[in-house]
Amino acid sequence: MTVRHIVGASVPRKEGWDKVTGAARYVDDMVLPGMLYGATVRSTIARGKIKKITFGPGIAWKEYVVVSAKDIPGKNCIALILDDQPCLAADSVNHPEEPILLLAHADRHKLRKAVDAVAIEYEPLPPVHTIEESEQKSTIIWGADNTFKNFLVEKGDVDAVWKEAAHVVEGEYFTGAQEQLYIENNGMIAAYDAEHGVTVWGSLQCPYYVHKALMTLFALSEEKVRVVQMETGGAFGGKEEYPSMIAGHAALLAMKSGRPVKIIYDRTEDMVATTKRHPSRTRHRTAVSKDGKILGGEIEFAIDGGAYATLSSVVLSRGTIHAGGPYYWPSVRIRTKAVATNSPPHGAFRGFGAPQSLFAMERHMDRIAQVVGISPIEIRRRNFLKPGKTTTTEQTIRENIDLHHLLDRALELSNYAAKKKRFEEENKTATRKKGIGIAAFLHGAGFTGSGERYLNSLVGVEATADGSVRVLVSSAEFGQGTNTVLCQITAEALGLPYESVAIAQPDTTVVPNSGPTVASRTAMIVGKLVQSAAQGIKQALTKTDLLSDDYTPQQFRDACREYIATHGALKSLARYEAPADVFWDDEKYRGEAYAAFAWAVYVAEVTVDLTTYSVTVDDFVALQEVGKVINPVLAAGQITGGVAQGIGFTLYEKVVWQNGCMMNNQMTNYIMPTSVDLPPIRVFFEELGNVHGAHGAKGIGELPMDGPAPAILNAIEDATGVRFCAIPLLPEDLLDALGSESPELDVSSLARGSP
Amino acid sequence: MSPPLEKAAKCEVSFIVNGEAKKVLAHPMERLLDVLRNDLGLTGAKEGCGEGECGSCSVLLDGMLVNSCLIPVAQANGASIVTIEGMSAHDLMKPLQEAFLECGGAQCGICTPGMILAAVHLLEKKPEPALADIQEGLAGNLCRCTGYMQIFEAVTRAARQRAAQ
Repeated sequence: MTVRHIVGASVPRKEGWDKVTGAARYVDDMVLPGMLYGATVRSTIARGKIKKITFGPGIAWKEYVVVSAKDIPGKNCIALILDDQPCLAADSVNHPEEPILLLAHADRHKLRKAVDAVAIEYEPLPPVHTIEESEQKSTIIWGADNTFKNFLVEKGDVDAVWKEAAHVVEGEYFTGAQEQLYIENNGMIAAYDAEHGVTVWGSLQCPYYVHKALMTLFALSEEKVRVVQMETGGAFGGKEEYPSMIAGHAALLAMKSGRPVKIIYDRTEDMVATTKRHPSRTRHRTAVSKDGKILGGEIEFAIDGGAYATLSSVVLSRGTIHAGGPYYWPSVRIRTKAVATNSPPHGAFRGFGAPQSLFAMERHMDRIAQVVGISPIEIRRRNFLKPGKTTTTEQTIRENIDLHHLLDRALELSNYAAKKKRFEEENKTATRKKGIGIAAFLHGAGFTGSGERYLNSLVGVEATADGSVRVLVSSAEFGQGTNTVLCQITAEALGLPYESVAIAQPDTTVVPNSGPTVASRTAMIVGKLVQSAAQGIKQALTKTDLLSDDYTPQQFRDACREYIATHGALKSLARYEAPADVFWDDEKYRGEAYAAFAWAVYVAEVTVDLTTYSVTVDDFVALQEVGKVINPVLAAGQITGGVAQGIGFTLYEKVVWQNGCMMNNQMTNYIMPTSVDLPPIRVFFEELGNVHGAHGAKGIGELPMDGPAPAILNAIEDATGVRFCAIPLLPEDLLDALGSESPELDVSSLARGSP
Repeated sequence: MSPPLEKAAKCEVSFIVNGEAKKVLAHPMERLLDVLRNDLGLTGAKEGCGEGECGSCSVLLDGMLVNSCLIPVAQANGASIVTIEGMSAHDLMKPLQEAFLECGGAQCGICTPGMILAAVHLLEKKPEPALADIQEGLAGNLCRCTGYMQIFEAVTRAARQRAAQ
């Protein structure tokens, strides 16, 4: 038993060699014999009734396989939460780019012209394009009131605090849509035969979401649907729910044609048709004491869900719970809603509602500091949550988190005080104004509230006669390190070298349902289950006296061989058990929202050039407490990548809407950060541990998305004195605001874009 | 969806791919990327954007780093093309691949073949690049996972390692 501390070591990525040699197999790299290529005919209007479909001249339609809603053997929906989204629009459309018909042909080049040759006549209906239009309810486009979901969180007596308040501080904050922009576009291959049912191979995060959706769509039993995840070239939430749609489409074409069908979106189709981050609006009204203590407040948080419910209720939930930030609110009322508009449904994207509501909270803290007349540092110090205090949902902080220490360290690492002083002096004469800003925040790991209880995840670990060990989970690798981290945990639990542990390709005929690969849950929740399943293997061998407590890898191999010779197989399963002290009330939206939070303080340093109105981020310090860091290199990669995506969210990535449709659906005009656009992103970890995670791990993947936007806008205000409340903030928005004479101009509307 | 090409007659294109002479029958405007992937089975070059923004389809064409999604195959007639699959013998490959693994330069891996080719191309021109040289040299290759930091580190490390040899 000499191999130790694989957990905590930066072992190389499990599938890394395939990736650096170009050998890794993504879905578009796969070809099946006789395969056809599929394409999607989509709506060109935001809302209306389908009157007539004409297959235009000049196309040899007999060569094409055509699928419409009538060809769906089961229920015409993408099964998820409310099952309100059709797989193919039958009578009416509710957003631009809604799928209506599917075409397949053996020659890929013959698809585009055919798609264009399908003419669809509509009877247009009035569309709704903004949160404000939706909440006016003069046009009802979904349900009784255009509302997918409401939440109300109430703590203490908010109505009593206003008269005690020395200050009442109000603010309104906006965030725009954001495209996930994984570099691998969405894609699926499907095959169908009556005996085996449907098989799909694809780029996806959640094999069992696709599995469930296909069972419903085809009215098939679970063993007649097989979902295989191929190597996936980035996801960020963007391959959480939409892959079920593409899988359904490919499978319908495969069923009708009797041949395998591949559907690969190109970039323009992927950007215009698939999900994006929910645009949001947050209103704060906060009662503050003379010395800067929050007494209570009202927070209204609204997100634009697009045309169908999809995941909006869950995104809203996370946004709701994070709306109060890492602060103690003696009383609070948080009213939130997800509303319908006639744009493609917005969906999962790293952070999942939290980046939106935390942006508002952290901008608002700087505003409160100004009104009270204290520094952005001091206002946070006076209101930080600490052990024993309760969150807005009345979850008692039990872990020994010291946010003052985290803040002190971040200030030191960023040289905050000296820079602040120097910038103030230099800005008096410079046309390139410099500023520094902070954001403090938290991010809950795992599914919200009772979510993990409902997921009821199951994992497996199996050993073979030659002593090799394989992890069986539906948790997918898409760059974040699932394969590596889960193999590390297993190797550590079994005292084996990292190299002797492998992980199965997610295939629903091979792996149990360990839940979706989302919500920063893999290392913490699935990791803990994998650890437990691995320990089960060891126990099976020690209980049968095939292995002593102390063993070498060779002895482990011998024991496996003997065990399997006697018992046939050596496999250990572990199922999620809700911790006894984690209680959540779905009705009152109260209780332990998450088994653990990660905590962070980020510091951004910016230059605002008053000649070009460009903003550059010059330095970025990302300090976080994430429990045990299982693989430092991979963990740091999550943070730098998330911060980069956060910088894009803040300063570059603007979705331009027209009639509910994205107009800049190309990498040429939707701009993500390149290698020359980013500051040094300096990553630091604190490791307090976490009793609910494998080896004390917490979730990490989403956290870094929360901090950059408020830290950067706080820094821009520090540099310019202008209070921007909306992102993305592009040079033209700065020009509009800074070019005018009034620094008090309400600039929020300028940066919001016009959906 | 691929561009419609059915009207153009196919033509024979001859070139050297990864050191081997190849002939393909293709529409002259077919993208080099598609010919490499579909006709020659070289799937290391990936399509990310189809318009020369992301660099995932990078290959070396007569020693130049190009986006193969922007090259009509007829233009490659007579050229020598190297894809990631043909790079294994290059003396920069092993140091770069190892550095990418050690530093975390590859996450989802979809940009990695193009990124490594861009890094080889850079290090051939500038064996000891400064950070700004690396940033500039990789500016045509987008990565959504890493924030580039680990890629810069990997390229720096590979350059140092080769210099030490």
